[in-house]
Amino acid sequence: MVNPYLPYPVRIDEIITETEDKNLKTFRLVFINPDDEEKFSYKAGQFAELSVAGKGEVPIGIASSPSEKGYLMFTINKVGLVTTALHCMKPGDIMGIRGPLGNSYPWDILKGKNVVIIGGGFAFTTLRSSIVYMLDPVNRPNLKEIHVIYGARSPGMLLYKDELAAWESRDDINMHITVDGTDDPNWKYNVGFVPTVTEQKAPQGNDDTYAIICGPPIMIKFTQPVLEKLGYCHDNIIMSLEMRMKCGIGICGRCNIGKEFVCKDGPIFTLARLNEMPKEY
Amino acid sequence: MLGYITKIREISERLLKEGKVDMVIGFRKGTVPMMNEPCVVKNPENVKELVWDSNCGINLANYLTDRKEKIGVVAKGCDSRNIVTHLIENKIKRDQLFIIGVPCKGMIDRHKITSMFAKEIKEVVEEENRIIVRGDDYEKIFKKAEVLQENCAICIHRNPVIYDELAADLVEEQKDVDRYEDVRRIEAMPAEKKGNYFDNLLSACIRCYACRNACPLCYCLTCFVDESRPQWVGKSINPTDIRTFHFLRAYHCAGRCTDCGACERACPMGIKVREFTKKLEKDCFELYGWEAGMSLDERPPLDTYRPDDPDFIK
Amino acid sequence: MKVVKIDKRNWAGKLEKLKESYRLFGPVKDNEFHIFERLDKGELPDFNYFNTRLSPKSIIYPQSETMLEFSLDKSKENHHILKETDTDCSPRAVIGIRPCDAAAFLLVKRNFDTAEHKDPYWVKAYETTTFVGLACNNPQATCFCTSAGCGPFYEEGLDLLLVDMEDHYFAKIITSKGENLLEAAGWNTGTDADPAGKQIKTMKQEAEAKITSSITTDKLKDKTTTDLFDAPFWEEVAFACINCGTCTYVCPTCWCFDIQDEVNGYSGIRMRNWDSCMFPLFTLHGSGHNPRSTNMQRVRQRFMHKLKYYMDKYDNGIQCVGCGRCIRLCPVNIDIRKVCDLMNSYGD
Repeated sequence: MVNPYLPYPVRIDEIITETEDKNLKTFRLVFINPDDEEKFSYKAGQFAELSVAGKGEVPIGIASSPSEKGYLMFTINKVGLVTTALHCMKPGDIMGIRGPLGNSYPWDILKGKNVVIIGGGFAFTTLRSSIVYMLDPVNRPNLKEIHVIYGARSPGMLLYKDELAAWESRDDINMHITVDGTDDPNWKYNVGFVPTVTEQKAPQGNDDTYAIICGPPIMIKFTQPVLEKLGYCHDNIIMSLEMRMKCGIGICGRCNIGKEFVCKDGPIFTLARLNEMPKEY
Repeated sequence: MLGYITKIREISERLLKEGKVDMVIGFRKGTVPMMNEPCVVKNPENVKELVWDSNCGINLANYLTDRKEKIGVVAKGCDSRNIVTHLIENKIKRDQLFIIGVPCKGMIDRHKITSMFAKEIKEVVEEENRIIVRGDDYEKIFKKAEVLQENCAICIHRNPVIYDELAADLVEEQKDVDRYEDVRRIEAMPAEKKGNYFDNLLSACIRCYACRNACPLCYCLTCFVDESRPQWVGKSINPTDIRTFHFLRAYHCAGRCTDCGACERACPMGIKVREFTKKLEKDCFELYGWEAGMSLDERPPLDTYRPDDPDFIK
Repeated sequence: MKVVKIDKRNWAGKLEKLKESYRLFGPVKDNEFHIFERLDKGELPDFNYFNTRLSPKSIIYPQSETMLEFSLDKSKENHHILKETDTDCSPRAVIGIRPCDAAAFLLVKRNFDTAEHKDPYWVKAYETTTFVGLACNNPQATCFCTSAGCGPFYEEGLDLLLVDMEDHYFAKIITSKGENLLEAAGWNTGTDADPAGKQIKTMKQEAEAKITSSITTDKLKDKTTTDLFDAPFWEEVAFACINCGTCTYVCPTCWCFDIQDEVNGYSGIRMRNWDSCMFPLFTLHGSGHNPRSTNMQRVRQRFMHKLKYYMDKYDNGIQCVGCGRCIRLCPVNIDIRKVCDLMNSYGD
């Protein structure tokens, strides 16, 4: 019997401090047993349980893309017991990973469609995975226009700055980076909250255009009406939810919204589906 | 005490009708023998739900914590002392409350009565000083004094210490009560025997925290057992962790506990959890001459000091 | 149908024999009430009980259970790598489980044993256990099993059903697992199935007639989940609740757990402990946000899960067998029968 609670052992290959407050670090992990990489076959939007022996586990969205081979990437905000322990770890340290867990963004449905990515703060991780996946030469022809609206409090709080700059210079993706405010005279992108920038920059909604939203609750709350105004129907608004989780496989019982388990039936739901569920998230 | 019901309903109805309170917190009749359910009445038409008998052992001060409304609350002696403690600790304001004082003659011990019968108890009827227990083919009559909760049997503050109106005339307080006979018995045990005694006492604990949650004193936003950084206590049913929970909880209640017995009454496993809290209650009495919740003008001994305290650092 | 007659005079001796091939568990009186415990040599189950205080779920699913182990000693090979803990998977038998409690395992199985994931700890424990039921001749006033999908002589979930006939038991064989157990004990006195079956049937009807308490669940399935969720009665239902874990811990069908690491020196374990939707910590996010921050939300979750979400998810009845433990043991007398009726009749 396969034990779904047993993590694959991984080694920390590299740790990158992402933000000026040093609260966000990206971990690049390599499987100790090469066979495990194949078993860990994932799609953009899924998450994993990161395991630190003696501290416990924490569910984190996968930031690397399935098109990037040989490693996994996770960007971790220092919040609780396990994430604080992770922030104290060094390259070469051994930890564990369980997954991939949860559903993914609906890549089958998104085929041949316009995709608008809307992200805020440190929730940009699975969105980074999605962007890298979509821009992969194998996948890019399968999608029409790609828009990205990504905001952070300040320029120093943006994740993946080098990649953002690289995407800015491409012509097969429309980047709309924004910050809440800045006194940096060299800041050449938008200033303003994500909902406002969405209203200004996002394309009109239609059957062929899907918005993927991932961010803090306040951002989601104010972006939703903007998208409705732009003509996005609830089936075309896709959201990723967060919930306290333990098992990650729909067994331990804590992350339910109605009959759905966010860890297994989610974390990704269309707004149409969320409308049918109790408002308890 | 059965006669109190009419008066409680009458006061409650008046308070609600005159808009003096937004709600009345009291008890309604339970669905199983020896149980009543704490309830809230907001509509004067519903005051008929309110009851009072010897099965109102849950401490209603527990339902006042941090509430913002104007509340009428039914309070027996111990409840009123916990209301005083709440007022001192700023968990509720005096002008929010209309205290319907209930001079109390003690609550009956549901654990004790249940354990006396091998057959199922179908009905427990209360008359003025008698408790009649009935099953399918039996009936047994007790004097109420025989089946009181232990804390009630040794209670010396049956009358509410603070109230706005009484549901009945004050009752005579019990005198010449030896409150600490059981604590002394445990104190006298040699260390090893004491350890075994506590281990046995707690062997049935399932860490449901009913004792803690029934206690009006346990209102911490995050209890120490739930802290994760640092994690003071393990989460399993390891006996050391269980002991740590009960001992520390008792210490947190020192100088605040009124021995209302809600913890012991609430325990689904029938553990005598008062054995811990009472030791601290006794110490506070003997060291500081302190009884919790008797006065609004004095702070509990462990959040103040006096130069003549026995443990004052000189 | 096959029925074996077990003479009570050789009950104890044969049980001892059974202990050679099974680890036996049964009800024993501990202080004031009965609980299920491992029956050591010479120990007999005590059948003089209504039902145990705690449900027998802990036999299959202990309150605290080690899942994995690891070493933090960097000089050791495979340090910081988790590995499975050895568990005793030898055959076990639960003697004298009430039919409602055995039926509860079937409801819980839908959670632990799915097409996608099998919880190896629960599944192995369940599969290696033989359930010998004791028919309930004298149900309690708080029992409502007959309206919760089972009954005092209910057979599903059992391998054998014992019926107490004063000087002997009838053992009705339900599965081959049950038959194997009879064989291992040497209980092989076959009896004429027809009259025995008739006697059992009569007793069953008598026992069912003694159950006067009931719930109505017929309309729950067709109610809109969000309507019930937003119903106005939850504040009142939840008022008395002190948010302890009693109802969930004593319930045979509650399965939620927490996962925790514990370290002693350099060696550590990853374990699970029962958890409860009544506790605020159950759903508290690292950010401080809590989707179920209030007492009312947690109480609603418990009843909605048992009586509606479970039905929505599996389309196979409610997540309750009517054992009545939560009613008997709730410190503040919150009664699931009342709540169920409120839900079932809501909006009519």
